[in-house]
Amino acid sequence: MRYNFNWPVIWRNSDRLYYGILLGLAIAVVALAVGCVIGILLAICRQSRNPLLRLPATVFVEVVRNTPLLLLVFFVYFGLPELGVIAFDNIETFTATLALYAGAYLSEVFRGGLAAIPAAYIEAGRAIGLTRFQRLRYVILPVLFRIVLPSLSSALISLFKDTALAAAIGVPELTFGARWINVNTFQVLETWMVTAVLYLAVCYTIAIGLRQVEKRYAMVR
Amino acid sequence: MDFPALMHEIYVARWTLSGGLLTTLESSALVIVIGTFAGGLIGLGLCYGPIVLRLLLRGYVDFIRGIPSLVLIFFSFYGTSLIGLNISAFAAGIFALSAFAAAHIGELTRGAVQSIPLAQTDAAKSIGLGFWQRLAYAILPQALRRMLPAWVNIASEMVKGSTLLSLIGVLDLLLATQQAIARTFLIIEFYCALIVVFFVINFTLSQVGAAVERRMAYVRF
Repeated sequence: MRYNFNWPVIWRNSDRLYYGILLGLAIAVVALAVGCVIGILLAICRQSRNPLLRLPATVFVEVVRNTPLLLLVFFVYFGLPELGVIAFDNIETFTATLALYAGAYLSEVFRGGLAAIPAAYIEAGRAIGLTRFQRLRYVILPVLFRIVLPSLSSALISLFKDTALAAAIGVPELTFGARWINVNTFQVLETWMVTAVLYLAVCYTIAIGLRQVEKRYAMVR
Repeated sequence: MDFPALMHEIYVARWTLSGGLLTTLESSALVIVIGTFAGGLIGLGLCYGPIVLRLLLRGYVDFIRGIPSLVLIFFSFYGTSLIGLNISAFAAGIFALSAFAAAHIGELTRGAVQSIPLAQTDAAKSIGLGFWQRLAYAILPQALRRMLPAWVNIASEMVKGSTLLSLIGVLDLLLATQQAIARTFLIIEFYCALIVVFFVINFTLSQVGAAVERRMAYVRF
């Protein structure tokens, strides 16, 4: 069995990989940002005493967390337009789905974070006469974000890895580009080795960069 | 939602769907079992192996954990035929997912074993236990208890990850359902049914995990 390595062919098609990484990063960042908002809302709803808020939020989180992401993507992409809900393109659909998925996961993180905020902070806020909303805005949220920062950075990395699934509905991200090169040039080993190294490089770059941010802002408990 | 039609179409496609369900269960079970054994060995190697083995295993674990499982699956699917191994898509997928699970469980095992206080090892040494005896009677019984919740999480990730095999043409539950959808256009109905099925599988898994945890919780740390 002979295999001839042909690296230039990867280089000639590297724009697919390059733009794939950028698209994947953009999707992951947007999904994380939207997911944070969804996650906080879900976490607050799940702590609420009103069952009309608590039960739907709990059901949503449990269902999303127990469903494969690929199935959710297909459900939103092929299923929801049938109900007349949305008809966006594949990139928007995938980003929205990933945001919902991230929201369900992050709601658990935020729930833990909310529980970790010292009660004295909230009492102090009340003592200086802040309203409920002001306490949320100036006391709870800043502390909450500093507590959950390490979890958010690992969430960003795993969301970036999850963008590989977008290839299943034809979003031209890194895995899609790699598969295109693979099936069009048959240079299997080079393609996937380069792809794996690119994923590793991006993930570790994100990890190292965010560790610097954490060093500055993360709250030591 | 057209429930009677869904019931009828599930009945019509019962052989494909039940075959798909079997494939999903079989692949998840295989991946979990192989991943657990290989991961356990990797974890022990990371803790107690000679320095060269430790470095190799650390490289392996960090490599696998930095790339998406879908990339591993494509690599294994397109790559194995290239090096002359003529294996089925199912086997290639199992290989990739097991390698993925092994890395995660290896890291988990390492963390659990290293979290057991060194005094436990010293105590076991002082009553004259050899290395394997220390492992079997002192370290592992405690480490396994600590691993259990995270292990259940990884197992449920693997059940969800088994749907990725549908992307390389393994006729699992997701692909079988998609075939039924392509024929009947009951998109929402079938995907909702599938979400319920995955919820039941993962919920059962987490309940069994919680029951085992309660059973084994007679030692407090």
